[in-house]
Amino acid sequence: MKSRKQSQVLLQGNEACVRGAIAAGCRFYAGYPITPATEIMEYMARQLPEAGGVCIQMEDEIASMGAIIGASLAGSKSMTATSGPGFSLMQEHIGYACMAEVPCVVVDVMRAGPSTGLPTQAAQGDVMQARWGTHGDHSIIVLAPSSVYEFYELTIQAFNLAERYRTPTILLADEIVGHMREGVSLPPQGELEIENRPRPTVPPEWHVPYGDPGTGVPPMPAFGEGYRYHVTGLHHDVRGYPTTRPDEVQALMRRLFSKISNDFERLQWCDSYFTEDAEMTVIAYGCVARAGLQAVKEARQKGLKVGLVKLKILWPFMRRTITGITESSRVILVPEMNVGQISREVKRVNQGSCEIATLNKIDGTAITPGEILSKIEEVYR
Amino acid sequence: MTRVDIYRGWCKKCGICIAFCPKETLVADKDSVPTITDLESCTGCRLCEMRCPDFAIVVTKDEKQKTKSGSAAG
Amino acid sequence: MKESSHFVHKYLRSSKRFPHIWCAGCGIGIFMQALIRVIDKIGYSKDEVVLVSGIGCSSRLPVYVDFNTLHATHGRALTFATGVKLANPRLKVITIMGDGDAASIGGNHLIHAARRNVEIVSFVINNQVYGMTGGQSSPTTPYGLKTTSAPYGNLEAPFDISRLVEAAGAVFVGRTTVYHTPQLERLIEKSLKKDGFSMVEVLAQCVTYSGRWMGLASPVEMMAWQRDNAITVEKAAEMNETELAGKVVIGVLVDRERPIYDKEYGKLAREKLKV
Repeated sequence: MKSRKQSQVLLQGNEACVRGAIAAGCRFYAGYPITPATEIMEYMARQLPEAGGVCIQMEDEIASMGAIIGASLAGSKSMTATSGPGFSLMQEHIGYACMAEVPCVVVDVMRAGPSTGLPTQAAQGDVMQARWGTHGDHSIIVLAPSSVYEFYELTIQAFNLAERYRTPTILLADEIVGHMREGVSLPPQGELEIENRPRPTVPPEWHVPYGDPGTGVPPMPAFGEGYRYHVTGLHHDVRGYPTTRPDEVQALMRRLFSKISNDFERLQWCDSYFTEDAEMTVIAYGCVARAGLQAVKEARQKGLKVGLVKLKILWPFMRRTITGITESSRVILVPEMNVGQISREVKRVNQGSCEIATLNKIDGTAITPGEILSKIEEVYR
Repeated sequence: MTRVDIYRGWCKKCGICIAFCPKETLVADKDSVPTITDLESCTGCRLCEMRCPDFAIVVTKDEKQKTKSGSAAG
Repeated sequence: MKESSHFVHKYLRSSKRFPHIWCAGCGIGIFMQALIRVIDKIGYSKDEVVLVSGIGCSSRLPVYVDFNTLHATHGRALTFATGVKLANPRLKVITIMGDGDAASIGGNHLIHAARRNVEIVSFVINNQVYGMTGGQSSPTTPYGLKTTSAPYGNLEAPFDISRLVEAAGAVFVGRTTVYHTPQLERLIEKSLKKDGFSMVEVLAQCVTYSGRWMGLASPVEMMAWQRDNAITVEKAAEMNETELAGKVVIGVLVDRERPIYDKEYGKLAREKLKV
């Protein structure tokens, strides 16, 4: 996805997300209007028919999420987008998609909450909801873009991961990334790496709908292809039939976790800046990572050995990456637009090897480079 | 002659087939499972089969009988 | 030699445990058999049929039949069905819901599916009670009836699901009972052949709960009640409201044409693809 790039275009973050989705093969979108994510549905409504896909405005976010699961089962790569209040409503079906292993992408363009909150202002308050919003033990993958280009790129990756692991993947953007416009160069379609769900390699009678082929991810036929099988949100055996047998329940749960946890090494996505000799590291994600980079550059000018690690995957939490940082840094600063949802994870991973400082802002305004720089100077010593 | 298969393993003894049999062909045995003592009386109307919630009754009509009186199924 | 097992059995999943989970005399099995018969009669292939259900007693139906089956979430079957149909319009998408499922938690989805007119055939198995959770009041429980959640009597007026769906815009609405099995099959056939969103409300006995609450002690008594209290649409047209009180009007309630969402979208998509 690097190499040759096309000429620059000016895109809004939400529009870049749509471009990425369609490039990834998304052919079904269902959504409900909500600030600051509405533009995604509006662009989809225009562009999907031209791409041979379907965009539908549903009666609410629960319905949107149900529709994309249905479409995915019928063979379409599918997506929905929303913000906090709608994300809350989607949790029921996010759990269903986890349980029934239905690939789909859910975009949450975060605004300040709780409740209706601040519809047009940014926040990062949904980090834990993205992880644990639906009930019951489950795995989930959550990506966080920090620029218009990254919104494009990570949307493609969200589809790839959803398809590879047959799991809902959440794209946790924020109002700033969703609404800002930047010039970006999008790679030609042919240069994109697009992944598709594993397909059955045996005739229907031999296909085991929820069996483990060794990768933990069962091949997935579409409805209508001859592989008639049962899909349920109940605990199920390898055939998909409801079960309460402890051995079958245990096997399913273990597989649902391990299909992703076995691949943790592949899911350490971050960008590092000025970290080689850094004594202090700023760990940030989303819009805050932008201010973080500027702050680190200014700190360097002042002679402070500070680096930045920008997280692109929030969940599963990049324990290996973060452990490395805690071992190489004297102090870590985690600025976020919440009261400390990722810093709590950093503290959990840190085994007392370094100091963890936090900078939390919850007034709906962006954390500025100046605020991060002041905090750097305060804790650098 | 019409043949009526009753799958005892699936029957839950609800009594619907017996109660609504127009000819009282179906009767309860000592275990409350439907049974037939006089198959001659069966017209092959299939109401017992259609109303069995458990797929436990199958009425198979003789080919000859079908052609003889098509209205019997009504 | 005559066949020893009926063609209906060929639609059941032999890998599933039978008898099924429903109580003795439950009306859901009667509906299930009628649905299979009609699908066989029309000649749909097993591969093209998708059964989508919600949560509740009736929603356990799909797992027993050899189609593409989707046991969704409580009240939301129609949302999943909408996605399936729009992603692959060649599929015959059928939803099976209960009264609590369709008219309470899924009431909004029900009216919007009818308004939107995506081609989905829906069956609401109305037993006037929440059976699976133990006999609580549902949105179709009659006023005054004592249930486990209304021990002093139900203070709410029931929904008329068919009229609700009619008002929301469904192109085909029918209602019958599981006693009226031949009519049930006719209505299922008509709804399956109808283009657009259709709904058939099927009054079915819950022997364990609503029967007990109504003082009808057996499935036979409940089906006799269906027989004795059903009035055909034609006959009902000549009766006044007082005469119709407590009766169930059965037959084709609505049969009309309106633009169908998936067909309209298909037209739009073909135009846009040409550009």
